[in-house]
Amino acid sequence: MVDNQEVFDDIVLSELSDKELTEQMSEDLYDGLAEEIAEGTQILLDRGWEATDIMDEALVKGMVVVGDDFRDGILFVPEVLMAANAMKAGMALLEPILTASGIEPIAKMVIGTVKGDIHDIGKNLVGMMMEGAGIEVFNLGINTDAEEFINALEEHNATILGMSALLTTTMPYMKVVIDELKEKGIRDKYTILVGGAPLNEEFADAVGADAYCMDAGTAVETAKRFISAAS
Amino acid sequence: MNILKQRIKEKGYLLADGATGTNLFAMGLESGHSPEFWNVEYPERVAQNHASFIDAGSDIILTNTFGANSFRLQLHNAEKEVSKLNYEGALIAKKVVIDSKKNTLIAGSIGPTGEIIEPLGTTTWSETTEAFSEQAKALHDGGVDFFWIETMSSEDEMRCALDATKDFGIPTICSYSFDTHGKSMMGLEPKELISLAEKYYPDIIGYGANCGTGASELIGSIMCFFKARKNESMIIAAKANCGIPEFIKGEIHYNGTTTLMADYACFARDIGATIIGGCCGTTHEHVKAMSEALKKNKPGSFSKLIEEEKYNLIELKKIIESLGEMTDGNVAMIRRYLKPNGSEENTGDKRKRTKRRLRHSDSS
Repeated sequence: MVDNQEVFDDIVLSELSDKELTEQMSEDLYDGLAEEIAEGTQILLDRGWEATDIMDEALVKGMVVVGDDFRDGILFVPEVLMAANAMKAGMALLEPILTASGIEPIAKMVIGTVKGDIHDIGKNLVGMMMEGAGIEVFNLGINTDAEEFINALEEHNATILGMSALLTTTMPYMKVVIDELKEKGIRDKYTILVGGAPLNEEFADAVGADAYCMDAGTAVETAKRFISAAS
Repeated sequence: MNILKQRIKEKGYLLADGATGTNLFAMGLESGHSPEFWNVEYPERVAQNHASFIDAGSDIILTNTFGANSFRLQLHNAEKEVSKLNYEGALIAKKVVIDSKKNTLIAGSIGPTGEIIEPLGTTTWSETTEAFSEQAKALHDGGVDFFWIETMSSEDEMRCALDATKDFGIPTICSYSFDTHGKSMMGLEPKELISLAEKYYPDIIGYGANCGTGASELIGSIMCFFKARKNESMIIAAKANCGIPEFIKGEIHYNGTTTLMADYACFARDIGATIIGGCCGTTHEHVKAMSEALKKNKPGSFSKLIEEEKYNLIELKKIIESLGEMTDGNVAMIRRYLKPNGSEENTGDKRKRTKRRLRHSDSS
């Protein structure tokens, strides 16, 4: 996918300064190099960095660039999956520390493909990118009905609901879920984001969602915007 | 000469049909129910959809088997029904053609598994090829005239499907859905499908674009196919959605008018497609309008302009004016393809990153 590959001199991560290393990690994340991300994360931990700082400075920043370039048609699904996997390799080292020190995620999100729809590539990508932004994600999978969405939101005390549909025949179900939330009087507790190939902004407005997100990068940006507006 | 080539030689082009899924939903199929189940539950309704397209002028109809592979059917707990649903799907189409007393060709529709192949995803190359083989065999047993592998986005998966269909002694055509800035979801563009599929010639005899995001955008892909085609024997196939979906009063409607689809069909032929049809949202009324327009209008000169490298953005503007907007990414790609001498230089003005380094010499 990437042209003009050049072979650079081998870089020894442990010899880099903190600043150089975090920059290098952003680039490695972009290139989907999981091993290098795990190595860099460990080096920063050994140097006494806080887990949250590593996440923000080295990992999340890199994923923002990935999200932007995905939105702009420079990166596509394969590269984003690779980057998300690399992010995961770093997070695997940080998560136990974050949990042990009682650090809360910046938000909790429930995500799923709506009832009748069995497509999940895009929705999983959004889930991974959200995790990359420090949001805890509960992925309900495909064919999710209103009750499952609502139960999960309440059970996990989530504040964001993400719904996906790839079919024009299943996207109206998003309205069913939102209407159900309204009926229960709890619609306003949640930020509701919707996405999927046939959707658009008019549709999101018509069903009463808070925003339409045209791709995973936009979804993360939008979620962050709502999170900071709420805090 | 294979049957498709022969028919194209006789008529100049072949008109395919319109949508299957969206039309069956209009006939009562419920959201969440696999359309392929109707091959055994309501074969008469599937037949009615086929017959309406033949009446409208389709030279080719596609079987109702798009999602009838074991991976997709498994999600409906019906992975054991692959052979039956494909075989019945082919038989329904066959019977409609016989009853119509026309010589409409039957394309066995093969769609994606919905999975990503390893190492990026979890499914293997061999199980994917096996799934397509199982589907292709049943379609062939049911009597399809050729295979149409459609709406693909991944090269690995396309390769599996091509491997699975190439040995049945009937032709195959294949198409990607270019729905992301003019590329497939996995980032592939027309020239990548061209170089893959041409290796399979003469088992695979055509390629093109289907579905995606609307007729205008798809025409852009077809222009790229026409310009980048190396083997002149390859057929170019266009199968566009009927505009884009809109949500009106609680229901989804594709916004393409019969006029728009008629214009699209003429543009598609003008720029070198010889199989032309409609994807999601296309009804028999749209196909009828396409059929009439193709008969009424003479083939235009766009393809000649492209061939002589005299094509310019004024012509592109005409297409956009009549069919709707194209994404910037698609326009940039068309400009790149249309550059004289097939220059590969990237004219897009967006930043392009490159891999900074390879840390392991063995990873190169």
